[in-house]
This record gives sequence, structure tokens and C-alpha cells, in this order.
Amino acid sequence: MAEAITFHYDVDGENFTSAGNASVQVKRKLRQLGFPPEIIKRVSIAMYEGEINMVIHASGGSADVTVTPEEVRIVLTDHGPGIADVALAMREGYSTAPDNIRSLGFGAGMGLPNMKRYTDTMEIDTEVGRGTTITMTVKVA
Amino acid sequence: MKIRELAEKMDLAPLSLPDGDREVEGFYAGDLLSWVMGRANAGNVWFTIMSNVNVLAVASLVDLSAVVLAEGVTLSDKDAASALEKGINVFTSEKSTFELCALAGELAK
Repeated sequence: MAEAITFHYDVDGENFTSAGNASVQVKRKLRQLGFPPEIIKRVSIAMYEGEINMVIHASGGSADVTVTPEEVRIVLTDHGPGIADVALAMREGYSTAPDNIRSLGFGAGMGLPNMKRYTDTMEIDTEVGRGTTITMTVKVA
Repeated sequence: MKIRELAEKMDLAPLSLPDGDREVEGFYAGDLLSWVMGRANAGNVWFTIMSNVNVLAVASLVDLSAVVLAEGVTLSDKDAASALEKGINVFTSEKSTFELCALAGELAK
């Protein structure tokens, strides 16, 4: 197997306008590496949703992306409030985003469902008061 | 049909037009960004009343052919410059989202 390429990004929790920077950069890198457009779309949308979630709910966090010819793995880590009820959070339309976030067009309750929909595997490791780590993979082959 | 041609037929005012020769491949309407991100397809023209920098991120991630801001909504100068830099076509129109959809429906026939 070819050696993995890794990228690390810090997601700024204070700056809503820069949310999405990491996913846009990953998109660009995957394009340079010659990945198919459909794979790039899935990775960048799943990652963008994750970034937005970290900004809305957790005052930021970090994103680590590992790229091999077989798969793209995204690990999002935050030290926010954690998710009390994962099953509920995964339900389309359920959102705890505040009104000011909704006025920006977010808070549709589609973030986590979109992340699941666009990836092949998704694991949520969360604890109230400790934070959340989400690991997603998109298979290339 | 190309974006430039669509803009002329629908009387859309350009706010950022880096790629007028891009082909229009269908349409999508909606204001909830995650919903649009989950449902719109590459090449679509997107009708929305939302205008902030996150709209540009969605357009870029989904690879939309253009964003049309309805009801006279516009972009800040900074966001318009950012759209141009990112290669995203953005227009504004006085028409409502419904009127834009109806018109697009006629053109798509």
C-alpha cells in the first residue's frame, strides 16, 4: 500500500465566516491528487458539515484527514458539550442550533445525516461534558 | 444552455461572473444550506434568498453552475470579490424564488 498523506487543520470556533476553509482546502488537495469528482464531493461535504457543527456547538476543534489510494479518513475532534442523545441528533430535521445560526441558513437538522449519507462509515464517540470525536471514511475503490 | 444565455433570458443581474460559458445542468431552490448541500447536483443553478459567505462555500463544494439571489437580495462587496476569486457565478434578481422557478421551468421545457 502506498504511504498515507495526512493533513491537519484547526477549526476556528469564533469565526463563522472562515468555517469551511479546511474542507475547501481538502477539496483542492484531493483534486490535485487526481481523485474522482464524486469522491471529492462526498469528502468535502461531509467535512464541511462537520466543521460547521464544531463552530456552532463546540467553539471549534480540529480536523485530521488521512488519504490513501483506497480511502479518505476524516477525524473531527472537539472539546465541546458532547451529544446527549446520538440517535436523536442523527434524525433528519432535529437541531439544537440557536436562532442566530438558523438565520444564516444552518440548523436544518441535516448536518449529521448528511455526514452519514456521504460517507461509507461514520463513528461517533461522544461524552457529555468531554467532547465529540467523529471518524468518517470514504472508500475510493 | 450556457449561464450567460440563461442570465439574459431571465434578466439576472451579475454580481460575480467568472465563468459565463458554464453549462446549466438543472435547477435547485432552497434556503437551508445543509439541505441544499445534500440534494442539489453539480451544475445546478441554485435559487435562494440566503446571502452570506457560507452560500459561496456550498456553491463551491457542490460545484453549482450559478447562484441566483432572489427578491433583490445581494452580496456584500467582500463576498462578491470572494465569489469572483473562487470562480462562482452569482446573480441577483428582483423576482421571488417562485417566479424564478416558474421561469426556469418554462426555459427547461
